Amino acid sequence: MPNTFALKLKPNHLFWVKLIIHVAALAPLCLTFYQAFTDNLGGDPVTALLHFTGLGAFKLLLLSLLVTPLARVLKQGLLIRVRRLIGLYSFTYAFAHFASYILFDLQLDWSLLLSEIIKRPYITVGLIAWLILLALTLTSTKKAQRYLGKKWQSLHNWVYLAVMLVSVHFLWSVKSAILEPLIYMLITLLLLLYRRDKLKRIFKKRLNNTQKIQK
Amino acid sequence: MLIKVPKTSAAKENQITDESVYHRRRDIIKSMGFVGASSLLSSTSAQASFFGNDDKPFKTQALDYAPDAKQVSTKLTPEEKIITHNNFYEFGTGKSDPVENAQQFKVNPWLLSVEGLAENPFSLDYDDLFKQFPLEERIYRLRCVEAWSMVVPWIGFSLAALIKKAKPLSSAKYVAFETLYDPKQMPGQKNRFAGGGIDYPYVEGLRIDEAVHPLTLLSVGLYGKTLPPQNGAPIRLVVPWKYGFKSIKSITRIRLTDKRPPTSWNRLAPNEYGFYANVNPSVDHPRWSQASERRISGASLFSRNRIDTQMFNGYEEVAPLYDGMNLRKNF
Repeated sequence: MPNTFALKLKPNHLFWVKLIIHVAALAPLCLTFYQAFTDNLGGDPVTALLHFTGLGAFKLLLLSLLVTPLARVLKQGLLIRVRRLIGLYSFTYAFAHFASYILFDLQLDWSLLLSEIIKRPYITVGLIAWLILLALTLTSTKKAQRYLGKKWQSLHNWVYLAVMLVSVHFLWSVKSAILEPLIYMLITLLLLLYRRDKLKRIFKKRLNNTQKIQK
Repeated sequence: MLIKVPKTSAAKENQITDESVYHRRRDIIKSMGFVGASSLLSSTSAQASFFGNDDKPFKTQALDYAPDAKQVSTKLTPEEKIITHNNFYEFGTGKSDPVENAQQFKVNPWLLSVEGLAENPFSLDYDDLFKQFPLEERIYRLRCVEAWSMVVPWIGFSLAALIKKAKPLSSAKYVAFETLYDPKQMPGQKNRFAGGGIDYPYVEGLRIDEAVHPLTLLSVGLYGKTLPPQNGAPIRLVVPWKYGFKSIKSITRIRLTDKRPPTSWNRLAPNEYGFYANVNPSVDHPRWSQASERRISGASLFSRNRIDTQMFNGYEEVAPLYDGMNLRKNF
């Protein structure tokens, strides 16, 4: 008798799920850049690009953190296999965000970039998050995972810090309309709350390590 | 020194077709054809409204005015940019919210009352706004506190003329301004979050010597026509040497007073926005630099439109107003 709950994700379904993720992530990105280049993105395409890519990176990062709880609740273990892809797209958007900031907003004024990074806490925080995501992207291959062994997991735990920093970066960047960033911060906190046991373990381990060093 | 006196026949800035528009002339005519055809369709088919926003755009009217006599060497920001990129939190906090939410805004009838410490308080109705004082064009740079800027051909009259008519008492030291309060028309006033946390009505203020400075303008139009709602119809303030938020929109009340009036952004974040808010490249916003700005021009994404910000936005003639003042403290 065939299983009435035939919705169990199988390896051959994964191709289609991944295809949907590719299209859903790439199509809006390409379309928005096309609109920006043809000056069809509102009065100030630069600001529109920064907001779109920044928020896009954040949404994808949250989505990547939603995969694990979702796979558990829905009992779809295979879903975990799309987590890396979503994470990589989050960095793709983050890369487009930082590149747009340097190219179109600051227009390669490197000294301004440097002083903004030093002087503006919300830029500093954003850059740290970006560097963490860069490190995670560079070590996302199977080869890197094998090479790093146990260190790989502790490196990739930094994503929890990154998502918090992104949330703060968003909140600090707005002039006064704080409702939207607060909603995103709440979602971030809920996703971290789900991992409270793991986070506690990480903190304990770090604490123990520092105590050992002090002794 | 070479002084250029333009012939009266010479084309004014706003009469020159923007190059990008010129190159797109065939597309524009084509799209006009589409607009024409679609309007025919929508008149016969009620379903057309299902597919998009069928709100009629706000109608502006041509104005009679004296063109700006000064030859301005900087390029104007295209009209399309000026009327689609706005900060007007009464209609939402996004840059394109005002143009989307303000098209049904009613400007006629309107009442602007001029009151307070004056011998001759008076009020202006909608028609008076365009008839009481001769209208002139002023091409001004507009520098937003968010570090972007535009060049706008405003039409209006000096605030000084209006204040003179009110005959201020010698005790009048400040001028207070107030935007219309009408939550039914302005979604941002209805809901604290939609309006960015500002206490409405929006209020602004100037010292009286700033208010009567010849550069200070009450604007009723731009690009030859009456103002669209998103730009502050039917009447708004333009103080070109101050950050844009000082240039209060859709004004209903101008009050002469002896005390420094509260101002909206200062009330919301006093450490970030001062009463004076003079454009000053050496005093940064706590969260971003004010040393340079991006000039919104309609050019390509790769055009180098980041320019140095000038003290008083380049209007050095106002410097004497602040002689002996610490502008770092009085930001």
